[in-house]
Amino acid sequence: MSQAKKPLPLWADIILIPIINILMALTVAGIIIYLIGENPFEAMKIMIYGAFGYDEAIGYTLYYATNFIFTGLAVAIAFHAALFNIGGEGQAYIGGLGVAILLLALDQYLPFWVLLPLAILASMIFGALWAAIPAYLQAYRGSHIVITTIMFNFIAANLMVYLLVNVFIVPGSMIPESRTFADNAWLPFMHEMFGWVGINISSSPLNLSFAIAIIVSILIWIFIWHTRWGYAIRAVGFSESAAHYAGISNKKIIMMTMLISGALAGMTGINEIMGVQHKLLLDFVAGYGFTGIAVALMGRNHPVGIILASILFGALYQGGAELTFDMPNISREMVTAIQGLIILFSGALAYMSRPWLEKLFGLFGSINKKIEVG
Amino acid sequence: MADSSIAINLRGISKSFGAVQANKNVNFSVPKGTIHGIVGENGAGKSTLMSILYGFYEADSGEIYIDGKETQIHNSTDAINAGIGMVHQHFMLVDNFTALENIMLGAESGMVLAKSISHAEIELEKLESEFGLWVDLHAQTEALPVGQQQRIEILKALYRGAKILILDEPTGVLTPQEADQLFSILRSLKNRGTTVIIITHKLREIIDLTDNVSVMRQGEIVANLKTLDTNQEELAELMVGRKIRMDLNKKPSDPKEVLLTVKDLSFTDNQDIQRLDSISFNVHAGEIVGIAGISGNGQSELLEILSGMRHCTEGQIIINNKEISPTDETDAQKVRQYSVGHVPEDRLKRGLISAFMTNESSILGYHKHSKFNNIILTNPSAIKKHCLHLMESFDVRPKDPSLKSANFSGGNQQKLILAREMDPKPKVLLVGQPTRGVDIGAIEFIHKHIIDMRDNGSAVLLVSGELDELISLADRILVMFEGKIVGEIEASIADEKTLGLMMANAHTQESTIEQAI
Repeated sequence: MSQAKKPLPLWADIILIPIINILMALTVAGIIIYLIGENPFEAMKIMIYGAFGYDEAIGYTLYYATNFIFTGLAVAIAFHAALFNIGGEGQAYIGGLGVAILLLALDQYLPFWVLLPLAILASMIFGALWAAIPAYLQAYRGSHIVITTIMFNFIAANLMVYLLVNVFIVPGSMIPESRTFADNAWLPFMHEMFGWVGINISSSPLNLSFAIAIIVSILIWIFIWHTRWGYAIRAVGFSESAAHYAGISNKKIIMMTMLISGALAGMTGINEIMGVQHKLLLDFVAGYGFTGIAVALMGRNHPVGIILASILFGALYQGGAELTFDMPNISREMVTAIQGLIILFSGALAYMSRPWLEKLFGLFGSINKKIEVG
Repeated sequence: MADSSIAINLRGISKSFGAVQANKNVNFSVPKGTIHGIVGENGAGKSTLMSILYGFYEADSGEIYIDGKETQIHNSTDAINAGIGMVHQHFMLVDNFTALENIMLGAESGMVLAKSISHAEIELEKLESEFGLWVDLHAQTEALPVGQQQRIEILKALYRGAKILILDEPTGVLTPQEADQLFSILRSLKNRGTTVIIITHKLREIIDLTDNVSVMRQGEIVANLKTLDTNQEELAELMVGRKIRMDLNKKPSDPKEVLLTVKDLSFTDNQDIQRLDSISFNVHAGEIVGIAGISGNGQSELLEILSGMRHCTEGQIIINNKEISPTDETDAQKVRQYSVGHVPEDRLKRGLISAFMTNESSILGYHKHSKFNNIILTNPSAIKKHCLHLMESFDVRPKDPSLKSANFSGGNQQKLILAREMDPKPKVLLVGQPTRGVDIGAIEFIHKHIIDMRDNGSAVLLVSGELDELISLADRILVMFEGKIVGEIEASIADEKTLGLMMANAHTQESTIEQAI
């Protein structure tokens, strides 16, 4: 008769299953690459080398990962309250606007170490405010957060076009960009910081915000699992009715969670605007907000998982760029397709391999038992 | 052995879920045209066994013989084809369908409904008159009383040609009168050759109704008995595996000062339906006041308002000298600070969070308490210590605070909730359905603790659907009907029949109706 199922050990759940999912995605991607007429193993080698093979590559990978950590955490904390914040894209965009406004206004007057906390604060406040309206509409008016946050992405995109073309543009310029910030408003690049202590690494966009992202991840972990507010968020996320019984206000939790979520997404602006571009420009978010959803899914809404998933997606971005460069047959769209496959297998089909694994583990379990008995 | 006088014969059925063996080598047979009862504590494996018979689960090993023929049941379609019908504890009905549409659902005979409708109507009217199963076929299901909805479920099974009918806890939602009607229907089914299997934890029903009874304990059948040869005490003992004290040995109550006052309380919900209609009563320190009523007559709303989860639309509540009026923005946390404990009616939906570890569930509602928090961070060791303390004082098993709340049995979950709500020694204790779905051993334990709370000077308000429980536990019983209190009776002189009539608001006016004291 049917084999008894055993619950999977924790390590299988958080390590084995994601690896199997990625391998399945890569297998399918490999078949497609083969059909295009390229060697899939060669392509894989180029991607991995392009993402991790030399210090500049690692710098790029981690620079992308920084954005994904912020947007991934934003999606994850909302998930903990059972809210699906799809507006990371817009919140990140507006967060960048906050950074730019602050730096454009104050870069002539204040030193870096004063500007940095202010800029972080500005990114968080602007991102949070952009999330606040959908949050209010969900909590007090019952408009679904998925719809409103999507709409706010469009509003953000159009607002930024308007502001850049009409407000921030340098007079006389044809490019919708603000002026470049003064040097004291630039986040130090990682290669500069390594240079201070005498280590030479190649230059890359990787900057101090990666460290900020790691610190924020730790703070979010503490917040979700080790404070009474995190407790309340998870209570609402798991069971709204039990939270209601406990006297936790669903409305307040929606507001609080979405404000934090928006603030986290907004911090993408620190990396992009203060760290890399040093000016406000169009479309600097480039889909990081949406990829954050996949990152959170894959990272199981846990900061550690999110950091790992962010690095994976950073590697896909960076290695994918190298791949299109080295293999002209493989277009940018092909790389996007590979990313899509990974999102599909590790997000939507995340538990596909689970029943098989459970059976397999059950089988091993009973064999072990027989050996012990024998 | 093709004995066709045996409707069901189960041989060596075993089923395990992970490490838990839900059914162990179960053997039993049910002769055709009899009513067979299955009793057992929660988690004894009754439901699993019936789910195997109905094709929800497949057994790990064992054989099923229907009418003497070995039958493979892989899913409920197989079960229906084998002539098995099931009436679930929670009805599987589409609320906004008519009774007729519900019965036909999944058994339509073609693309065009009109033909199958007329066919079904004729068929059903035959069934209705044959078994006295009267239901208004064209009424919308949600508008029908629960007893009628249950009949729809039975008709559904019979319409599909069921010769064997399984009922899972069928009387849990019925008034005593409705239950009596159900029993007479079941008897007439039996007289016409249908085999009935009834799962219940109410031993009196087993004695009244069944021909044979099987007792399950820890996944095994511990006894197959002729109902005539046994009695409630023996069955209870077999179920639990030890002697059970059925009487509570309760001292007479000694009511002192009033701790809970409800004055002209009314509540209209957001669909503009009046759920509570100027309710007034008092609960004194040292007494247990029971609220009886068919579910859905305002008891749940009353509990939710008193505990701060909802706001009344009119009236006044005074808890422990603190006044709450409709305009006060109280919530459950604030009301708890007035020294109120609240054991919710629905333990899985409200009482704890199944996905939480138990130490997290053990502070639900108290998570802001300074005992469990430092300035910013929570204090995990204090929470764990508190959880262990609760588990110890209420004998919650297994004593593992990091186990997920969902992995405890119903009785242990309920004990944990009671422990959590009673531990701060609240002046006012609101209790909803304290023993619903809880096994007999735990019921005894829970009742004892509720009485201890009373004896220590708490005012206890008890809402329960179990009349036995109300009569044995409460000192006074208020009866609710359509949002009003329609009667009050001393528990010492109450019996199920009077209460049942009062609950249906059909009692003669001679029984004293005193609204407030």
